[in-house]
Amino acid sequence: MNDPTKRFWNPYAAGFALGLVLLASFVLTGRGLGASGTFKHLGAIVLHEASPTWAEENGNIGGFFAHPGRSSLDEWIVFLSLGAAIGGGIAVLTARRFRVETIRGPRATREQRWVLAGAGGILAGLGAQLARGCTSGQALTGGAQLALGSWVFMFSVFGGAYALAWFVRKQWI
Amino acid sequence: MGGPIVQVLNLSHAVEMMIAVLVGAGFGWVLERAGFGRSDNLASIFYGRDFRVLRVMFTAIATAMVGLYFLDLAGVVPVSSIGILDTYLVGQLVGGLLIGFGFIVGGWCPGTSIVGLVSGKVDALLFIGGLVGGSMLFTLGFDSFAPLQDAGAKGRVLLHEYFGVPSGAMVLAVAVFAVGAFWAVGKIEKAVRARRAVTAPQPLPVPEPERGPGSTAPAAAEGSVS
Repeated sequence: MNDPTKRFWNPYAAGFALGLVLLASFVLTGRGLGASGTFKHLGAIVLHEASPTWAEENGNIGGFFAHPGRSSLDEWIVFLSLGAAIGGGIAVLTARRFRVETIRGPRATREQRWVLAGAGGILAGLGAQLARGCTSGQALTGGAQLALGSWVFMFSVFGGAYALAWFVRKQWI
Repeated sequence: MGGPIVQVLNLSHAVEMMIAVLVGAGFGWVLERAGFGRSDNLASIFYGRDFRVLRVMFTAIATAMVGLYFLDLAGVVPVSSIGILDTYLVGQLVGGLLIGFGFIVGGWCPGTSIVGLVSGKVDALLFIGGLVGGSMLFTLGFDSFAPLQDAGAKGRVLLHEYFGVPSGAMVLAVAVFAVGAFWAVGKIEKAVRARRAVTAPQPLPVPEPERGPGSTAPAAAEGSVS
């Protein structure tokens, strides 16, 4: 992260902008930001393809398939993530930062990073379901609402990451 | 009566979804500009090197919190009219720990991995594969996981209600906490940088000091690099 870092925004300016986006979301739709729900929807489609009846009766995803005339992806969280991909894509292209690569520390191999990225995704996917949201859906959104559980969640995320940081240091530093 | 524009104007589902795409575009744009399309920028907070993640998050929370506070006071968007997140203490604590583990092991969180994917990062693609898989595991084992997800359910509890203080005092306290955190992480970054300059050739960092999972984030970083 040597040379492109220079062109990122000042973190306080970026945070202020992110806060305005979150506030706009509250004012426009009454909801905050989020992301993990989209991946829940994608997984639900796979399970529904495999066994429609089982998926429709499942307590976690059954509701997604309660309206036969409507796609289970016709949801606020899915469109929000679609927008995030579009906005992120425009930002990375206009900054000329798009590059196919695997980010890793000087002591890590690409293959190690691939395995750990997948494993980390599984942990985060499970965790986001248990917590009913992720860093954006819980920490940012609930944090600004001053929701008690969201603040517990936020400290828990930082605590969990610091607790394991030493063990996986070789992939980052 | 005030409230979110979608409700006040009784907008259609299609229009609401278009608004979601626009809000999402702003979200993705800012995350990329903040540097969160790269997992090393996200992970470096956990080695005390760059607290960009904390600065962006706390500034965003403080900004939206103050905005929401005044919109509520003015009656434009009463807090009661937006979707306040319910508290499930145990589910959120355990789920938060798992997301924290996933964050440092995988290098991303769900929102940033979307921006990483469109930035061309292969590790973001694999993390997303894991996210979908992890969500499916939860769905497959839902009957076993549901009690943990619901554990510690308290309904709608806001911090100022919990502490029994006026909402304005809580807003001020959170803002002061954020500014204090900014000051503290600046000190930690300096200390870590100074130590790295002294011991640069040393290959292995020493373990960080013991910390409980719920302890405040910034303090734990200092010992991670020696």
